[in-house]
Amino acid sequence: MSACLYRDSYQRVFLCCFKDLSVNDGLETEFNGFSVPLEHSFEVDDVAKFQLRGSLVLKTGREPSVSLNQNQLSEEDRTKLKEVAAVDGLYRIRVPRVFLQADKQTEWQTDGHLTAFVRACAMVESHLSDVITLHTDVSGYLIAVSIVTFPGACRGTEVEDEVDLEVFNTTLSIMAPVNAPGPETALFIQRMEQEFEKKGKNPQEQKSFFAKYWMYIVPLVLFLMMSGAQDQSGGGGGGGGNGGGR
Amino acid sequence: MAKLILLLLKCILLCGTVYAVFEDQVGKFDWRQQYVGKVRFCHFDAHMQSSKKVLLATESNVFAALNTRTGEVLWRHVDKTGPEGNIDAFLQNGQDAVLVVGNGRFLRSWETNIGGLNWEAVLDSGSFQSACLIGQQGTVKNVAVLKKTAISLHYLSNGHQKWIENLPDSDTVDYQTVYSGGNSEVYVLGVVPHSHIAIVAFSGDDGEILQQSSVEAPWLSSIPESCQMVDQDLLICVDSTTMSLYTLDLKLQLQLNQIPLQSLELEVDPDFRPSLVSHQPNPAKQPRSEFFLQLAPDHYVLLQFNNGQLVVLRDFKPALLVSFATTGEKTVAAVMSPKNKTASSINLFNAETGRRLLDTTLIFTMDPNGGKPEKLNVQAFLKKDDSVGYRVMVQTKDHTLTFLQQPGRVLWTREEALSDVLTMEMVDLPLTGTQAELEGEFGKKTAIQDGLMSMVFKRLSSQLILLQAWVAHLWKLFYDARKPRSQVKNDISMENLSRDEFNLQKMMVMVTASGKLFGIDSKTGGILWKHYLENIPSNAAFKLMVQRTTAHFPHPPQCTLLIKDKDTGLASLHVFNPIYGKMSHVSPPALPQPILQSLMLPFMDQDYAKVLLLIDDQYKVSAFPSTKYVLQQLQEMASSIFFFLVDSNQGRLSGYRLRTDLSTEQIWEVALPTETQKIVSVKGKKPNEHVHSQGRVMGDRSVLYKYLNPNLLAVVTESTDLHQERSFVGIILIDGVTGRIIHEAVQRKARGPVHVVHSENWVVYEYWSTKSRRNEFSVIELYEGMELYNSTAFSSLDRPLVPQVLQQSYIFPSSISTMEATLTEKGITSRHLLIGLPSGGILSLPKMFLDPRRPEMASEQSREENLIPYAPELMIRTEWFVNYNQTVSRVRGIYTAPSGLESTCLVVAYGLDIYHTRVYPSKQFDVLKDDYDYMLISSVLLALFFATMISKRLAEVKLLNRAWR
Repeated sequence: MSACLYRDSYQRVFLCCFKDLSVNDGLETEFNGFSVPLEHSFEVDDVAKFQLRGSLVLKTGREPSVSLNQNQLSEEDRTKLKEVAAVDGLYRIRVPRVFLQADKQTEWQTDGHLTAFVRACAMVESHLSDVITLHTDVSGYLIAVSIVTFPGACRGTEVEDEVDLEVFNTTLSIMAPVNAPGPETALFIQRMEQEFEKKGKNPQEQKSFFAKYWMYIVPLVLFLMMSGAQDQSGGGGGGGGNGGGR
Repeated sequence: MAKLILLLLKCILLCGTVYAVFEDQVGKFDWRQQYVGKVRFCHFDAHMQSSKKVLLATESNVFAALNTRTGEVLWRHVDKTGPEGNIDAFLQNGQDAVLVVGNGRFLRSWETNIGGLNWEAVLDSGSFQSACLIGQQGTVKNVAVLKKTAISLHYLSNGHQKWIENLPDSDTVDYQTVYSGGNSEVYVLGVVPHSHIAIVAFSGDDGEILQQSSVEAPWLSSIPESCQMVDQDLLICVDSTTMSLYTLDLKLQLQLNQIPLQSLELEVDPDFRPSLVSHQPNPAKQPRSEFFLQLAPDHYVLLQFNNGQLVVLRDFKPALLVSFATTGEKTVAAVMSPKNKTASSINLFNAETGRRLLDTTLIFTMDPNGGKPEKLNVQAFLKKDDSVGYRVMVQTKDHTLTFLQQPGRVLWTREEALSDVLTMEMVDLPLTGTQAELEGEFGKKTAIQDGLMSMVFKRLSSQLILLQAWVAHLWKLFYDARKPRSQVKNDISMENLSRDEFNLQKMMVMVTASGKLFGIDSKTGGILWKHYLENIPSNAAFKLMVQRTTAHFPHPPQCTLLIKDKDTGLASLHVFNPIYGKMSHVSPPALPQPILQSLMLPFMDQDYAKVLLLIDDQYKVSAFPSTKYVLQQLQEMASSIFFFLVDSNQGRLSGYRLRTDLSTEQIWEVALPTETQKIVSVKGKKPNEHVHSQGRVMGDRSVLYKYLNPNLLAVVTESTDLHQERSFVGIILIDGVTGRIIHEAVQRKARGPVHVVHSENWVVYEYWSTKSRRNEFSVIELYEGMELYNSTAFSSLDRPLVPQVLQQSYIFPSSISTMEATLTEKGITSRHLLIGLPSGGILSLPKMFLDPRRPEMASEQSREENLIPYAPELMIRTEWFVNYNQTVSRVRGIYTAPSGLESTCLVVAYGLDIYHTRVYPSKQFDVLKDDYDYMLISSVLLALFFATMISKRLAEVKLLNRAWR
């Protein structure tokens, strides 16, 4: 793998495309990739001064993937990070804005950076275990970078062992937007049809209301009719009392 | 089918919250006010002597008739918004009103009595210039419409085209006016700027060109601005550079006749563009030979053409406004002249002689909180003794219509500024005087030092005041009870303004586009105060914030209005008391720099006013109020104050943190490529929103915790590519503090306009699906999962886990105008979405139907949870309309506010109309019903009480008897 990165005085990053042809079990897989710098900054006075932390190797194409080559923290940086953590400073990272589609990245001029931050104390207390996520948009532009540490809290625990702050334990991922679902009409119609079929198979269900409950309805009607007839026949004699009750 | 019906029934049963008003509740908790907008054309219905109508065509594309006795809308036609419905011209002839609409696209004739449409004619395309009625032998039969390249004549009876003629040399000549003096000739006047006037005379019968000529006029650039028609086909123009009047006889068309103003001993105010006002009472007859010449903003002269000679009839100085009016054969001129600072007098003058008519003075008292008068519309009528009487409708700069009659009695006023409400807030009313007295007694810290005796006296005195108030209240009750119910006035005035038991009555503070602020009582809709802010830029953006509520007696409540010029970004603050509308004595800071962002901090200064931070374009922060205490607090809290900026032009979202020296530092940045998508809206959550329940109880009794991030922003983007296959709507949920993207989704084959509601742990948005050609709703809900990460406090800086995201979409059968969610005091009540439909309905859609956890198939567990099985279509049920038949035209926004009752949410929908109501998303679970039987309950209680007494007595007797035995 090779990646080249030049930087001129105008903060311009030229990205070089490379092709890596690897022959693997007779299958030729071709992938395009390029690398961009991942920079970080942590200063006691909180004025951002970005330095190279590592390089992100981005594999473009239909399913972009990303890997990270990063350096260890130097002795000097370790003490500085602890100092920054002590004053509750910020640990920032940044990546240039790039386009992840294969056709455009040759000498793609970046017009700015994407930045994110985490509290320096969280960085120290988590022993440099951070989760960096790169977000792209629909067309493959890098739109955001985010960093969190795990655990994320600052509890004020002292990190004695310098070795813990030497190597980054980074989980890296690249996220494209998910497709939001539309209304699921097809499934709904299918379900309705299934239910209709079920009903077709079960003739018991298909009976009408009257057919199902005739045994209750007929006696009820009969009863009503009988009581009505009684009412009328007795209307002459006990009508007064009966009527009063109703 | 039966299954479907069963399913539907199930839905209805499950949802349970059927919402409707009873017939006798109509208008009890709700009110609506209808407006027409800023008046552009106004005609009094003069075809009948006893007419009580004024016809208005407005800049809001509304054509309406008002009752001149009451000011109420008799009928109203609301056309399309924007240039499509723009009313270009309004001509009135007898009972018919002819309108030219949509840059000359439509010609419509309305019957003015009932507001019915007589006919409508679609005209050829072409930009509209002018229109006029064409009379012949005393009757008006045709209407002429002048376009850029053609003139057409239409019959007034049916709108059919009589003839259409192309205009000669229309590529060089700018035709601007059409005129007819009662004979069948139609004159079209055009101008070649700074060169000559072109005159084309058409025959009204067949459109034949009778005459065509051009007259040198190198000083003229626009005919409607500087010329008028007077007398017998005489064109009269005024030019400020040569200080002269020019006359031109259209019949002879020889040359312009110059009359220097000096020869009339008149002088134009320097830097003022003089103008003319003439009058043609009947389109079938010649215009009057009298006209007004305005020489200065407050200087008018009445001139007359008398046998070819120009005569000065009368000089009016100072005069603010003038207007002609005709009744019968009499034409009068009304002149408004300032009397003192607050009042103006209007007088009538005989147009022919310039003599003042006796007993025609009318005093117009100007509202100190209103704008200056802008236009005078006079309705003249003949009295029984044949003298002229009149009423006037005065239009003022703040879009108010005031209708007056002699000697200055205001019949009605209409605040048409309210047709364009931009933003509003609801503020709690203050406590009553007595309540405040009590508060004051114990609220003051100094009271403790006063000693025991004085405290006792204070106590006694306040108790006495309470007793007095109570007696007064009882007396009023007793007094009112004797009067018939209809006579009992519950007028709300400033004096008796106080909070009710359940805080249902509030003060609505409305900010309108004209720059006029209103304080409206939410119970009755009455305007309690108004304040006109002058010098508001036309493209101003407003942000209204409540800095101090009424809860901090004796400090008055305080609202701050941020007014920002959209072009320059320069802003100013207006600080006022929302209850009385008075400007606060607190002087707002001057803001010399353009303002990018403002934010209200949750902490207060020592006077209980929330601190407002303003970020200028140098990313410097200024605080208001900026006392020492506040600055000290800010320094302490600086590291935990974050804010974000959105630059939609560059697609950039960036986060900043406050430093102790009140400068800022950028801490995160997200950039969306502007080539593919643009940010259309960014929605945060309401700061006053409460969420009662941290999670949802599932069917198996476990809890699914909600992801309740108060800093979450919903960013909506739309694709720049509008092709129906490639267009999309993007929705990005981003944490406003860390800039971390929580969720990013894209709705493909979708297009805006997108309406978003963001609340609790959910985001609901509506878009247009280009693939299926329908409106769709989508809901995103965020859950932390089965356990909370840190249950004690939420911090954006310490939430490493990404929440679970659930999403579901539905079909909605209508497009929508606006959307808002209900809001209640404690957030216990279930939520509804209030959706303003273009049809004028306000739909209260239960959030339950927009729940991504709605299952495909109903299972035991989902039934336990009360989840409705998924159905792709959301139905509009008529009982969900909260405004029953009270249509709200052009709803632009819905404002919701909690009341003191948990079950009740106050809703205000504003657009062209204003509608206020209460909604009860979970029914009135905390209120006894109206028909609650107090008698029964109390009689049962009493009966039980006596029964126990009696049985006790009986038991005692029995015990005694047993003891004797």
